[in-house]
Formats: sequence, C-alpha cells, structure tokens
Amino acid sequence: MTRKDIYPRLGAIMCEVFDLDSVDINDTTTADDIPEWDSLSHIQLVVAVEKAFGIKFSSREIMRWQNVGELADSVIAKIG
Amino acid sequence: MLRFGELKKLARASAGEGKPLRIALLGDSATQLLATAMRGTFVHRNLNVSLFEADYNQVEMQLLNPSSQLHAFDPEIVILFQSSHKLLLEHAARPFAQKAMLAADRLSFIESTAGLPWMKGRKLIVFNYPEADDAVFGSYANKVPQSFAWQVRKLNCGLMDLASDCPDLYICDLDSLQAKYGRDRLFPANLYVSTDMVLSLDMLPLAAARAADIICALKGTFKKCLVLDLDNTLWGGVIGEDGLEGIQLGHGLGIGKAFTEFQLWVRKLRERGIIVCVVSKNDEAVAKGPFTGHPDMVLSLEDIAVFIANWETKADNIAVLQKILNIGFDAMVFLDDSPFERNIVRQGIPEITVPELPEDPADRLEYLYSLNLFETLSFSTTDADRTRMYREEAGRMAFSRTFANEDEYLASLGMVSDVSGFNAFNTPRVAQLTQRSNQFNLRTVRYSEGDISTLAADPSNICLALTLQDRFGDNGLVAVAILKATDDETLFIDTWLMSCRVLKRGMEAFTLNCMVSAALAAGFSKIVGAYIPTPKNAMVAGLYPSLGFEALGDGRYGLDAKSYTPLPCHITIKDK
Repeated sequence: MTRKDIYPRLGAIMCEVFDLDSVDINDTTTADDIPEWDSLSHIQLVVAVEKAFGIKFSSREIMRWQNVGELADSVIAKIG
Repeated sequence: MLRFGELKKLARASAGEGKPLRIALLGDSATQLLATAMRGTFVHRNLNVSLFEADYNQVEMQLLNPSSQLHAFDPEIVILFQSSHKLLLEHAARPFAQKAMLAADRLSFIESTAGLPWMKGRKLIVFNYPEADDAVFGSYANKVPQSFAWQVRKLNCGLMDLASDCPDLYICDLDSLQAKYGRDRLFPANLYVSTDMVLSLDMLPLAAARAADIICALKGTFKKCLVLDLDNTLWGGVIGEDGLEGIQLGHGLGIGKAFTEFQLWVRKLRERGIIVCVVSKNDEAVAKGPFTGHPDMVLSLEDIAVFIANWETKADNIAVLQKILNIGFDAMVFLDDSPFERNIVRQGIPEITVPELPEDPADRLEYLYSLNLFETLSFSTTDADRTRMYREEAGRMAFSRTFANEDEYLASLGMVSDVSGFNAFNTPRVAQLTQRSNQFNLRTVRYSEGDISTLAADPSNICLALTLQDRFGDNGLVAVAILKATDDETLFIDTWLMSCRVLKRGMEAFTLNCMVSAALAAGFSKIVGAYIPTPKNAMVAGLYPSLGFEALGDGRYGLDAKSYTPLPCHITIKDK
C-alpha cells in the first residue's frame, strides 16, 4: 500500500473534521495549507484517523509528523 | 448524545436572544476543547451563555487579582476544572511526609475560593477528580495515607463534605463518568503527552453535559415527574394475558430480577421527590392487580401519584396527567418499552423526554443511569412527601365535586397557614421554591440557599414563608414573598411565588394580606410590584390589577397599604 492509496480516505476524513467540501492533499501538504487545520482540529483529525482505520498512534508519531505524507506513512505502517 | 465534532459546529451558532448567562471556565490544563464542547452543549440546550475562558493555568491569579479579566467579566457562574493528572504531578513533587496533606491542601484552596468575598452571589461548580491508581503500593495503598489513591479519594469525599456545607458550591461528578466508562476511555495518554489533553474527545461531550445539567437546574430546568408504562416496562409480560402468576417479577420467574431492580430504582426516585405516575393501556382493575396482589411487587399504589389505565392514546392520557399535576411537559420523563408508543408520545408532546429504552430489560438501568435525567440543585426532606401531596390533591378534587359552589367548598376545607420569616429550617425549601416555581412566579428570580440566608439577614427586607394545611393534609411551605425597601415609605416585591398545587384556594389573597400587614408593621405605606413575563408565567400577567394594584407603567403596579382593605379569603393564621 502506498501513500496515494490512503489519500482518498484521508481526504474524506479531513473534509469531515475541517467541515470542508473538498481538500486537495499531497505528500507535502501541511497545516499551513489548510486554514481550518489548527491545533484543536488537529486533535480531532488524529482521533478521527485512529477510528477510521482502527489504529492507535503513539505520542511520538503525533509529535513527529511534518506533513500529510508522513501521517499517511504512520497509517500504512500500522495497517500493512 | 452529540459527538464532539457536532458540538464544535454548534458552538459557532448564535447564542440566542436576550441577556446571556455569564459563565467563566478556569482550568489547570488546556481547556479549549472542554470550552468548545460546553459552548456547543449550551447552544444545543437553548442556553444563552457567554463563556469566558481564562488563559491556561491562571486559576489563582484570575480569582485573586481584582483587576483580572475574570473580575472584569463578572461571571454569574465560575467553573473550576483541575485535572487528576496535575494533582498526580503535585503528589510526585512533594516530600513523602507532605504527600499525606495533598487532599487537605487542595480542599482548603477550594474552600477559600468558595469563601472569597468576590464569590458572594456567584455559583461555583467544581469538577471532582477521576480516581487514578499509580500502583506504587498496589492495594496496600488503602492502608497508606501518603499514597495517591488515598489522597484522590479523600479529596473527592472532602469535596462532598464541603459542598454539603457551602450552598453555592456544586460538584460536577467527573469521577462518576470515569466509573461508568473507565479510565482508558476517559484519559487519552497519547494525546496527553503530545497536546496536554486530559479528557478524550469521546468523553468531552459527556463532561460538558454533566456541567450543563447543573447549569440547567440552576436556571430552573429539570425533571420533576416520571411517567411509566406497565407491561414489559414495570414487569415482564402482559398482565391482561399472562395473569398475576404469569408475569415476570422477582427472583423466581424468567428475567424478573431486571424488573425488580428497575422498580427499586423508581422507588428511590419517588423517595427523593420525583412524582411517579402510571399511564397504561389496560383495564384499571387489571392494571392495579400486581400492585395489590403480587408478592414481588416493589412499588405500591401509594408510590404512584396518578394512576391512569384506560384505552385512550398515551399522549392524550399524559395531557390529562399534566393538567392534574400542573407541571410543564418538559419536566416529564416517559418510559415505555414499546417503540411505537414512544413515537406516538414524542409526536404528540414534543417537549417531553422519551428515552430510547433498550429492548433487553437487563440493559435498561445502566442506560438510564448514563442519561443523568434527574439532576437537581436541592433536596429537602419534604421532597419525599410530594407524592402524598399529589394524592391528597386528587382527594380534594373528588371532594370538591360534592359542593355547589367554590366558596362553600373552600370554606369547608378548614385551611390554616403558618406565616414566618426565613430561618434555618425553611431556607432549603424556600430556595427550592424559587428554583422550581415557573407558573405562579411574578419575576422568576432564582435564589440559592446562600442567597436566601443573605436576604434574610438584611433587616430592611421583609421575607415571608407561608405554609398551607387543610382537612386533607399538609401542603407544607407553598408561598414565598420577598419585599425590599426602596425608600422609607416603599417596599418593592422582589419575589412573589406560589406552588401550583395550591392554586384557586385564595392563597394569593391571603399572601397579599400578610404582605400588607407586615409592611404596615414595619412603617411602610406603599407596595410596588412588577411582572416579568416568561414563557411559563402568563397566569399571573394580570395578578396585580386583579388584586387592586394600580398600574404605574413599565409593567409596575402600586398599592397604598394604608387604605388597603384585607381581601376576603378562607385561610386563617395557624395558632402556634
């Protein structure tokens, strides 16, 4: 599984959490690119992704992500 | 229960009309998410609130500094959220001997906060501390006062002691949420380390709801009555088909235990003052059969204030019930196992609360506990008598039909009233009446027990508490009047309210007679009253003119006490 396989679902989750009609995400997308992505909605995003994929992120992962690509890597590593 | 994401969207909605209730949230950890959940919950419940959120971990500074943002905000309610985790860190930082003083020190901080002169007239809501075992001593912690488990439990018990002594201090029971859902669901360890969050997103709506329950009760919105179906709700099976021996109840037959324990819960609610009524599609004699003839029945007919069994629709029967009890539909909870009946009642009476009772009777109690339906702000021993009073009222209604006219009937009741000021004995009930009375309430000012004590201590106020007793029984304290001096000659009626169970007895005339004689005795010659309309108090819109007051404009009415002739009524002052 690759990052690109994850993006459609990740995008849908982000639309839901950030209350947007569509988001355009790629490997280098960061919170700076999406105005609705602030520190509070980031927590919502983490929990929503955990629930959607049935996984749990470590505190280290939550602190470490620099962009959407790295978030997708964490998901891939857990769901194989 | 709405999820956090939904609450967050609601939180952006407009707060409603009129003057908002000012609430301040102070915390020792990041509270933005809790504040967001609270804002959404307030909007969801139609509470118009302006919520002030103090900066992170400024509890002492905000409370103690007279030039703080908190003081400038001038809140009516202060909510204090201090986390078990910060407490755990404080515990760790202390020298061993000092660990035994952790709870006492925190309690003395909360006690001094509640006692600050600035807090006077404000309410303080304190979240208690979800228990956590740091497993340093194992179960042996229960023998070691310095252990964290010992201290956090002692702290929660101490908060209960403190709250029972401080009328304006309320505890928001976060620990009971943890007891129900578990620490692993309450506390998100990964997010705590990365973002300092101490409550999970799933728990935030529940925590906000518990706080909102208290705030709604402070605003006079709470449940007073439980309306019950019988077949498959109070017992297993259908009494009309299965018969007395065939229904499931008690520990013998089938799942009877689930129904017995449900009835035990209902009886506890009745004991604490919830009015319990029955609405059943049955023949009355058949429906009453188990109450009088089944050995395992917990509830008796004496526990039921109004018993309606017939073949009308339940929505119609609940409307009849509402007329007898004289309380709002929004103060009622309807429990029925049938989804069909629940929907009919919901459609017919949108204001009533109709929980989605689980199909399996075994699941029902835990589900009902989770809804926290019966939040209250006060409890007095007279609450337990409420069902008896409604039963007496039903007796009065039957008796009144034997009289040709109302006057003759009232004269025959032998009504006497004990008229007194506010004192330690009646203060809880007086405060409760100011919180509960919606219909006969001229200005709908809500007071806590602390407020009532303060009003009573001011000698320039005239405070009256009136009881009513008749040949059918004692209604207890049913009317309250608070008059404040506005100048040497004039008293303003700040509060005049009456319990709706004594309407149409001449109690309003009697109360006014008492007010006027108290005013004259204190040297006042004028009484001014005002009516503030609410959605529920239309019945007293014309009260002042009907009692002889003259309109002064702006919804104010005046009465000349010196030329006042006492109004006729059939109530006399009780001999002491």
